[in-house]
Amino acid sequence: MRVKSTLENYLFITPAVLIFAIFYVIPFIYVFRLGFYEWDGIVPLKDAVSVGFANFKEILFQDPSWWQAMRNAGWITLIALTFQNALAFMLALACDREIRAKNFYRVIFFIPPVLSEIVVGMVWRFIINDVDGANMINRLLMQMGLPQFTHSWLNDPKCALTTVAIVHSWRGFGWGFLIFLAGLQAIPRELYEAARVDGANAWRSFKSVTVPLMIPVIIVVSILTVLGTMQAFVLIIGLVGGEFAGHTSVPVLRILAVMRDSSRFGYACAQGISFGAILVIISFIQYRFSKKARA
Amino acid sequence: MLSQKSKRFFCGVSFFAFLAFAAGIFIAGCAPSNKSDAKSAISVWHWMTDREPAFQELAKRYEANTGIKVNFELYAPSDIYSQKVRAAAQGANLPDIFGILGEKRDFASFVKAGYVLDLTSYMEANNASWRNEFFPKALAVNEFAQGNSYAVTPGIYGVPIDVMTIQMVYNKDLFKQLGINPDRPPQTFAELLDIGKKLKAANMQGLVSGWGEAWMVDCFATNYAFNIMGRDKFIATIKGEVPYTDPDWIRVFALFKQMQDSGVLARGLVTMINKTAEQLFANDKAVFAFNGSWCVNVYRGMNPKLNYEVMLPPKASDIYPMAIWGGAGSSFMVNAAVKNRTEAVKFLEWLTDRDQQAYLAQATNNLPANKNCLSQIPELLTRFSQGMDNATHPNAWEVSEFSTVIDARDKGIQSIIIGEKTPEQVAVEVQKVKDRELARKR
Amino acid sequence: MRATIYYKTKKTSINLLIHLFLISVAVTCLYPLAWMVSASLKTQETIFKDFSLIPHKLHLNNYVLAWKEGGFGRYFLNSIFYTAAVVIGIVIVASLAAYAFSRLKFPGKNVLFIMFIAAMMIPIPGSFVALYVLLNKLHLRNTPVGYILAMINVGLSMSIFLLKTFFDQMPTELEDQARIDGCSKLGIWWHVMLPLSKPVLAVVVVFNALAVWNEYILALIIFDSRQFMPLQVAIKLFQGEFVTNYPLLMAGLTIAALPIIIVYLVMQKYIVKGVTSAAVYG
Repeated sequence: MRVKSTLENYLFITPAVLIFAIFYVIPFIYVFRLGFYEWDGIVPLKDAVSVGFANFKEILFQDPSWWQAMRNAGWITLIALTFQNALAFMLALACDREIRAKNFYRVIFFIPPVLSEIVVGMVWRFIINDVDGANMINRLLMQMGLPQFTHSWLNDPKCALTTVAIVHSWRGFGWGFLIFLAGLQAIPRELYEAARVDGANAWRSFKSVTVPLMIPVIIVVSILTVLGTMQAFVLIIGLVGGEFAGHTSVPVLRILAVMRDSSRFGYACAQGISFGAILVIISFIQYRFSKKARA
Repeated sequence: MLSQKSKRFFCGVSFFAFLAFAAGIFIAGCAPSNKSDAKSAISVWHWMTDREPAFQELAKRYEANTGIKVNFELYAPSDIYSQKVRAAAQGANLPDIFGILGEKRDFASFVKAGYVLDLTSYMEANNASWRNEFFPKALAVNEFAQGNSYAVTPGIYGVPIDVMTIQMVYNKDLFKQLGINPDRPPQTFAELLDIGKKLKAANMQGLVSGWGEAWMVDCFATNYAFNIMGRDKFIATIKGEVPYTDPDWIRVFALFKQMQDSGVLARGLVTMINKTAEQLFANDKAVFAFNGSWCVNVYRGMNPKLNYEVMLPPKASDIYPMAIWGGAGSSFMVNAAVKNRTEAVKFLEWLTDRDQQAYLAQATNNLPANKNCLSQIPELLTRFSQGMDNATHPNAWEVSEFSTVIDARDKGIQSIIIGEKTPEQVAVEVQKVKDRELARKR
Repeated sequence: MRATIYYKTKKTSINLLIHLFLISVAVTCLYPLAWMVSASLKTQETIFKDFSLIPHKLHLNNYVLAWKEGGFGRYFLNSIFYTAAVVIGIVIVASLAAYAFSRLKFPGKNVLFIMFIAAMMIPIPGSFVALYVLLNKLHLRNTPVGYILAMINVGLSMSIFLLKTFFDQMPTELEDQARIDGCSKLGIWWHVMLPLSKPVLAVVVVFNALAVWNEYILALIIFDSRQFMPLQVAIKLFQGEFVTNYPLLMAGLTIAALPIIIVYLVMQKYIVKGVTSAAVYG
């Protein structure tokens, strides 16, 4: 009876595991193996040259552009974790209340993720770029009498990355908003009533009811944010055309550049594996931290 | 064991799954099998979106002529096309005719792996009649010479179907505004810098180009390298015999600083993609552009009234001639492993014949690869073709530089333009990368 | 009743601030959409000269042109089919697996779950070639089934992660009740877990629908036949090698954005309803 029950349980996960094994594990092994070879992606696989850990050593010690890309991705992710998610949370809070036009806002805030990245890149370039666009932000600043704040947002190497990060956050907050809202909606209203009856004001009920129940949601969103943002790259191409002398390099762009320009498929695979390893470590740290926060 | 409800549920799920599966098979089955008319059909994979209607028309004509069906399949954009071709090569699924985008080194790998048919015998047949139809420079990109460094059996492995050159263009109306003679573009670099000063004074944008894309920076830099040090020294640098810290190279890097300081370069040049540069120039917002002959079509679409003219990049030195990138624009290769390869070659011979080339040139405003039909193309385009004498192309050189060195070179120049590094610093850094690569090779 | 009025009146000023905040963010979200639509109504020549949001002349036939030239009819249907198939597939497969990971016991449970999570964290750029070769060997390469299965895999890990996290939070009373009533595990999954997890399911649906709808790289690489291509591939055609027909491109993108917005409009209602049904706690 127990065996039958356990076998039944396996049936539940069979389709998922089957698809996963075929479509993820096998390509993963393919790519993983290639990290130890020097291959140009063209000659038949059997002619690839095995180089052991040479690729990985090169990534660790001889590839400053890779680490610059990682730092840049880290910066964008930091801004996403703070600015993007804070914005999403505040908006979700605002929409959770019984205010008018709630539905309207819910739809509007999801438009950025829906728009194709081509459009987002083009429009934002138009808005903030002063060469081929109207640079409306600078014009606005000047009209408000603050010309000293005007800047060449996308063309100044010092702030190009931050500008890209902010546009990326603009595009991404819709997701956090959605998930936060789902989480907020799941908090039973009775708990708020109970808190009010106990004499708590808005801030106290926020601290004692909302936050504790939202912590799992916040953790999920944080992990997903990190994973998604570290891998971002299409928007960067749309906004600044590429790596901007390394200032807006990100890991995926680097991997694609290596694959395309130098045809070192094996090295690109090694970069991909290293990238994955770093993401796993970051997520693991996040998870550990979240366990502590929950306790 | 299963309750009534669960049974019904399972039935429902299975039924739906069956429906979905059936629908999928139905759609799959609806695919006209490519193998059914394998004997008399030629499959061509291409990436040239702008030419798809012209290609379809030509396929119709060929079928009317010979009864053989030609299937042109478009897969755009070009970087995805490139990946598709490589994946197909791995999966033994290449079509009869396809293109190889990228560097000579990749082309060499394809040839050595046996995917590409050697066309030399076809080219040389009948007293080299096919070969002689082409501009020699167009063939050079598709050819591996005797003693090439890629270890490929010498021969011609691709067929160019158009040529292009990358030069400069200038806006005649804006020239008039600046008080410069619109019929006399700057001939020397010093003159260009002078115009830069005028641009600064008038607060106008100077040169636009897709220098956010590294290869265009590279193109401009190598042009001037040829001009300043000559072809031989340039090739010697690639071979590792001359370092990048050589004064001539520093002069090349310094040119960019001079252009930036004098106001010749437009703002935001280093983050510009070429399409943006084309927009700006087409809309009279920039005085110069550095672009390829395909721009004629682009500008015409955005602003048919644009009053502009072609010019060579103004030379910085009188010792050696100015070089520009030029040669084959797009080329097709034949799959060596398919049964109907002779049919495929015949089709390519027809495609590069004078009438078809003239049609393509008129329909798509590209320079034909066939040198016998220049009379039928628009005038401005002819001017682009006049630069062919000075043309060269990395894929036509006998050696190729390490891609990490090219990367460092281009990023270094971008840094010079935004004022982060000096030409000397960049030279040292590029040479460091070069030394590392040379050491690794040994 | 009294409590709510008290809550409201005390905060009219804060309400105003909140509204201002919401409106300003909403404006930044609407502007690109407006720009896209307005650009789709201009011509290639005026698109970068005319900066106004409402063009002088409305070239509505750009939409007709985009539809015809892009051959949208077939590709639109393809995209809808792929999106529906993948979303339904993922909802079923992921929720079954998430239920098992959350509520059922079997050896190797944790190891398998960690593998799924790790897959979420280890992207494989350049896996297209591997998938191509794999699908080729399975004779699934130029088929919709192959594409659908590959796309199901893309969103599987994330969906399982989201669903399991949600299931973990759900109180077990209803399930215990159902089990006492004689419901099988599958029945519990269908009658208890799924209906109660509508908010998360809605998020899963939206996320995966968006991913599949916007996908084009894998489709271009593994499909040879034109007729299997999804919509995004057709839109890419407007971005020529040299000439980009911007108005048609924008028109095409607007058409492509509509179904996804509709999906979201439908799904977001479920996120609202939430788990506030009295049945759970009554």
